Amino acid sequence: MTSPEAAVMSDERAPILSLRSISKAFGAVKALTDVDLDVHSGEVVAIVGDNGAGKSTLVKVLAGVHSPDAGSITFKKSTVRITSPAASRELGIATVFQDLALCDNLDVVSNLFLGNEVGGFALDEVEMEKRSLSLLHQLSAKIPSVRTVVAALSGGQRQTVAIARSLIGEPTVVILDEPTAALGVAQTAEVLNLVERLRERGHGVILISHNMADVQAVADRVVVLRLGRNNGDFRVSEVTYEQIVAAITGASDNVVTRRAGARSGEEAKQ
Amino acid sequence: MIDINNQNTPLEFESGAAAGRGVLGYWQVFRKRIGAGDLGALPVVAGLVIIWAVFQILNPFFLSAANLSNLALECAAIGTIAVGVVLVLLIAQIDLSIGSIGGLASAVVAYGFVLHGWPLWLSIVVAVIAAVAIGLIYGLIFTRFGVPSFVITLAGLMGFLGLQLAILGTNGSINIPFDSWVVVFAQQMFIPAPVAYVLVAIAVGLYVTSTYLNSRRRSAAGLSATSSREIFFKSALLVVLLGAASWYLNTSRGIGLMFLLFVLIVIVMNYALTRTRWGRSVYAIGGNVEAARRAGIPVNRVVISVFILGTTLAAIGGILATARLASAGVSSGGGDTNLVAIAAAVIGGTSLFGGRGNAWSALLGIVVIQSIASGLTLLSLSSSIRFMITGSVLLLAVVIDSLSRRSRAMHGQG
Repeated sequence: MTSPEAAVMSDERAPILSLRSISKAFGAVKALTDVDLDVHSGEVVAIVGDNGAGKSTLVKVLAGVHSPDAGSITFKKSTVRITSPAASRELGIATVFQDLALCDNLDVVSNLFLGNEVGGFALDEVEMEKRSLSLLHQLSAKIPSVRTVVAALSGGQRQTVAIARSLIGEPTVVILDEPTAALGVAQTAEVLNLVERLRERGHGVILISHNMADVQAVADRVVVLRLGRNNGDFRVSEVTYEQIVAAITGASDNVVTRRAGARSGEEAKQ
Repeated sequence: MIDINNQNTPLEFESGAAAGRGVLGYWQVFRKRIGAGDLGALPVVAGLVIIWAVFQILNPFFLSAANLSNLALECAAIGTIAVGVVLVLLIAQIDLSIGSIGGLASAVVAYGFVLHGWPLWLSIVVAVIAAVAIGLIYGLIFTRFGVPSFVITLAGLMGFLGLQLAILGTNGSINIPFDSWVVVFAQQMFIPAPVAYVLVAIAVGLYVTSTYLNSRRRSAAGLSATSSREIFFKSALLVVLLGAASWYLNTSRGIGLMFLLFVLIVIVMNYALTRTRWGRSVYAIGGNVEAARRAGIPVNRVVISVFILGTTLAAIGGILATARLASAGVSSGGGDTNLVAIAAAVIGGTSLFGGRGNAWSALLGIVVIQSIASGLTLLSLSSSIRFMITGSVLLLAVVIDSLSRRSRAMHGQG
């Protein structure tokens, strides 16, 4: 496990995952153009951007759903090609998509080990339950019982199960696609705690999010995409909300800043 | 006996349902499960008790050993087909052609064995291989072309009925000699009383050993485990139930060997579904096929294997039915065979929506349906009444399934 200091130090080390000049076009539409991205172990990198900025395409390139037209991917110092979702998983990149892909009719243990069951012709339920408990404990997850069917869990608990499942293969990099999009306040906090646990465990985390508050709460770095290109790479501790929004929208004068300006103007009058 | 209390309840989690909390704990867990829409076998067992009580009041012969012994034999053939239906329903598909495949299998056996003098075993093997091939074709068409299984098997229903008629030719019906072993097996072979008790002892012994070893492993791993007391009570209950049933049926002819075969098929399928990776994949595909695919499950292969098992069990059931009647004819596997087999699976508690149910539901469902049939026959009521009552029971079962599904969905949002 990586201590917080080591996480800060990690910037000086070589990144575990490194994308250079990734481009991807769908017909005439250029979804990604020369995109660079670095992820270190024990680091949470948030990818933000407006709709259509290329976040999802970038995630799908890493997950092996799309293969890039140009550019190189370096994973653990060697150049790799990610040609299929299975190849991505085998490398050690786990992706938790927004729709979670859980089986509602199965219990938590079965979902965690789905496709990776221990024992083929005589499932070792004891071993699987033991490992599930210890994994969920490490994540400080609040699940009523590991034998509850997933249908009976709340949105935050389902997200927790989906994230925990991605950790079964001990991945190096975990990609979370909008993990808090559909959640309430308390459940969002739960998932953000979970993201911090992932960082403590030494995983490199890529967090796709629309929610700036979440990004500023957990991310170490923010990578901004705009119209399929890199448009800023900030350390969260050194950047303001306005700067990020400016990078997302491509200007410091935009709807969001004008609104903020108008409000502060009104406050000044009072 | 070692006292295994779960002093070391792991962390803040709770993995067992009610271990070590006594009768009250069980009752609370039970209430909670029912409230959350997890009804299990409760509705069908309750229904069965009511049906048996009503018929016993109307006709005291109903619960006699002779009638129950006969009832068990009546269940075996279509029950075996229903096990296949359960498997197909679990992956949220349907096989409408089971009756035709059963009929085809019986025609093949009669054709080979009676008309062409093949050895009986060879005729049966040929019939089963034909069924495997049919299941393979269904599975391939389904996975390659994405045609709904409803349509594929509807085509199969008509096509294989035609093939059955073609094989029987102008004969209409072919009698199978009464002294052939398959007919003797289905009509006259019953488990001798001493053997029945030995089997009960073996079954309970296996249950106790496996539960005890499992509970020891669980407590060694720090998980909540079944207490020795609970294991003892459950085993005692099992001994009393199975022992009493064996004793009672043995006051008449006893337990038919064909029924034992059916129960063995149910037990093997139950093991495959609950304790193997294949079974877990079947449930996963029925629950969320996309999730199963993303988890790396070979969805197509599992689906094909399920279709093959469905048609194979249909053929075995068809052969058992033929053996019981000692004849194969144009009506073998026809009439209500299809509907009764599918109804049995659903009445037993297997969801039409996929992913929920178990092999035992085939046994429970067919016992319910055949009890109704047997009771009404004893009251000398016509089959028109039987169809209407069975239809109502089926409708009730589907309504219960839908309601419990809705209840689960509501509790899932909490």
